[in-house]
Amino acid sequence: MNDMTRLERTVDSKEIKIAANNVQVYYGDTHAIKDVDVEIEDKTVTAFIGPSGCGKSTFLRCLNRMNDTIDICRVQGDILLDGEDIYDKRVDPVQLRAKVGMVFQKPNPFPKSIYDNVAYGPRIHGLAKNKAELDEIVEKSLRRGAIWDEVKDRLDAPGTGLSGGQQQRLCIARAVATEPEVLLMDEPCSALDPIATAQVEELIDELRSRYSVVIVTHSMQQAARVSQKTAFFHLGNLVEFGETGQIFTNPEDPRTESYITGRIG
Amino acid sequence: MTDISQTPATAPAAKPKNGSLFEKDARTKRRNAAEGRFKMYGIAAIGIGLLMLIVLVTNIVTAGLGAFQQSFIELNVELREDKLDKKGNRNIEDIKKVSTFGYAPLIASALENEVAELGIQTDLSPKDMGKILSKAAQAELRNYVISNPNEIGKTVSFRFLVNSRVDGYMKGRVTRESIANDKSITTEQLDFVDQLRDAGVLYKAFNPAFIFGADASDQRPEAAGIGVSMLGSLFMMFVVLVLALPIGVAASIYLEEFAPQNRLTDIIEVNISNLAAVPSIVFGILGLAVFINYMHLPTSAPLVGGLVLTLMTLPTIIISTRASLKAVPPSIRDAALGVGASKMQAVFHHVLPLAAPGILTGTIIGLAQALGETAPLLLIGMVGFIASNPPDGIVAGFLSPNSAMPAQIYEWSKRADPAFYERAWGGIIILLIFLVTMNTIAVLLRRRFERRW
Repeated sequence: MNDMTRLERTVDSKEIKIAANNVQVYYGDTHAIKDVDVEIEDKTVTAFIGPSGCGKSTFLRCLNRMNDTIDICRVQGDILLDGEDIYDKRVDPVQLRAKVGMVFQKPNPFPKSIYDNVAYGPRIHGLAKNKAELDEIVEKSLRRGAIWDEVKDRLDAPGTGLSGGQQQRLCIARAVATEPEVLLMDEPCSALDPIATAQVEELIDELRSRYSVVIVTHSMQQAARVSQKTAFFHLGNLVEFGETGQIFTNPEDPRTESYITGRIG
Repeated sequence: MTDISQTPATAPAAKPKNGSLFEKDARTKRRNAAEGRFKMYGIAAIGIGLLMLIVLVTNIVTAGLGAFQQSFIELNVELREDKLDKKGNRNIEDIKKVSTFGYAPLIASALENEVAELGIQTDLSPKDMGKILSKAAQAELRNYVISNPNEIGKTVSFRFLVNSRVDGYMKGRVTRESIANDKSITTEQLDFVDQLRDAGVLYKAFNPAFIFGADASDQRPEAAGIGVSMLGSLFMMFVVLVLALPIGVAASIYLEEFAPQNRLTDIIEVNISNLAAVPSIVFGILGLAVFINYMHLPTSAPLVGGLVLTLMTLPTIIISTRASLKAVPPSIRDAALGVGASKMQAVFHHVLPLAAPGILTGTIIGLAQALGETAPLLLIGMVGFIASNPPDGIVAGFLSPNSAMPAQIYEWSKRADPAFYERAWGGIIILLIFLVTMNTIAVLLRRRFERRW
């Protein structure tokens, strides 16, 4: 998985999963996201890169309305998921978040058993009719999270007792257990060591076959390794959005070039 | 390199440029001295605190332990049928017609018999001899006969309380000098008591009636117990727990997790903190105005006491609940919301279980506070009331007049007879045992469940 093979990879044009038009986000009086238009394709890994405080996490949290939990945050513009505006009055954010799962920066398993961590989502959404089905979902999700082999013998052990990398993969398993269509990842590797990072990145690549994955990352190398599309944010603006190969080899905007060559950021 | 190796060993070592590390400079010395002084102040402060605690505890224990012991006299009473049941048909209604005064001759003759049997020489008249017994003895005998009418005609051995002065004499509180101006006991009676004690008939023993019994009137301090007011306290605590815990927890969850941050919630927040600092007597007068004068709930009832103490405990519970909800890391809420849980599911499935130990600790401490509260009870009439019997059933427990432990202690400390003073200290011991137990449970809960995430 070196960078060069990535660059030569062809990107098929796929259907648009999320389309954001003219999105503005305000925190009180601060204009955090300005005029962002972005189209996220299905079964693709899209990376958001940019210096700290550029708004990439804020924008990511708009995609499943996690920003609703912040009182002073206001979002304007349209974000369409499969053509439906997720900020429409009729949309229940809870239902939306079942479709658009999220993995956070810091691994945050519930202080419960590994089994209950994964089973929680399916339980509250009623995805399993009985215990056997639930067991099946838990196993399938843990396998997709590439952690099944490590934890299959201790599903009753607390999720908080795992190592950081294992916890993060458990959180990914928990997110995929609810059968989301989009998986948002907010710097999922920033708290992990290189080995755990490699495992998670490999996992992200596998998840691409089923979900549309959006990943926020600080590491340009990571964006280059895992994504097919990259968006570069700077000071709340979406500076450039395109195929990862092009962004990293032949950026159009001078700011993008400065950032990826390490002159700003 | 070569220079160094060639330096003769006798040459003085190069002086460190800014003074040797082995010598403390003036500034370091001053700092160390200040630190040493501060440690001394700290140790002194802790020492003073501990000393106070030791003084307090020894004082309470020495003054109060006496209340758990009482002097008794053992007498064989002949339950004469001609006095108690003239018709001889053991009809309980007829037996009840004999008042407590009717039992006095039985006890007097029992005492006379005992004296004759032991061969005690005394100049006291039978009436003066009888005065060493408690006034509660006759009532005790009558209660026994009414509940066991079949014993009439037999001779039964009884352990009667003796008068509080005699009890004080047995405990060393009353001496021959101190009764010089006392009309209720004479030195001859004390001599008589000495003889009975030497004969082993009059002795000190553990007195369970102090812990489980009811309060008694001014004339019979020896019969007073804290049991009924303890029940009053328990009923009040039940009301407080049932009302304050759900209301307090619901209010805190709403304020902490759901309410928008605006001026109104800020005002509410500030006022909850203010309420926690309101003197408890204010809640008492509020309870008097609202629950008794306006809602016409019964005076002196544990229900009203519980309502007033609920008002007082609510701010404590709300503040501690909010603090423990705040202490749950937001990442847990994010995690729950991220898998599509609703806000309420996130709170009830994940946040609340993590906050539970803190909430329970706050609740227990709030309850302990309420348990020891006297001032509001003064205003709703739970002080000065003498409950002679335990409440009759659960409903009566809430609605019939009663007292509470701290109010009972206050009441005893007001009364003139020094025997009540001893009982006040004894009551404090019992109250403290309750409080220490509750606080220990709170600490254990905290230790047990702290930081599980």
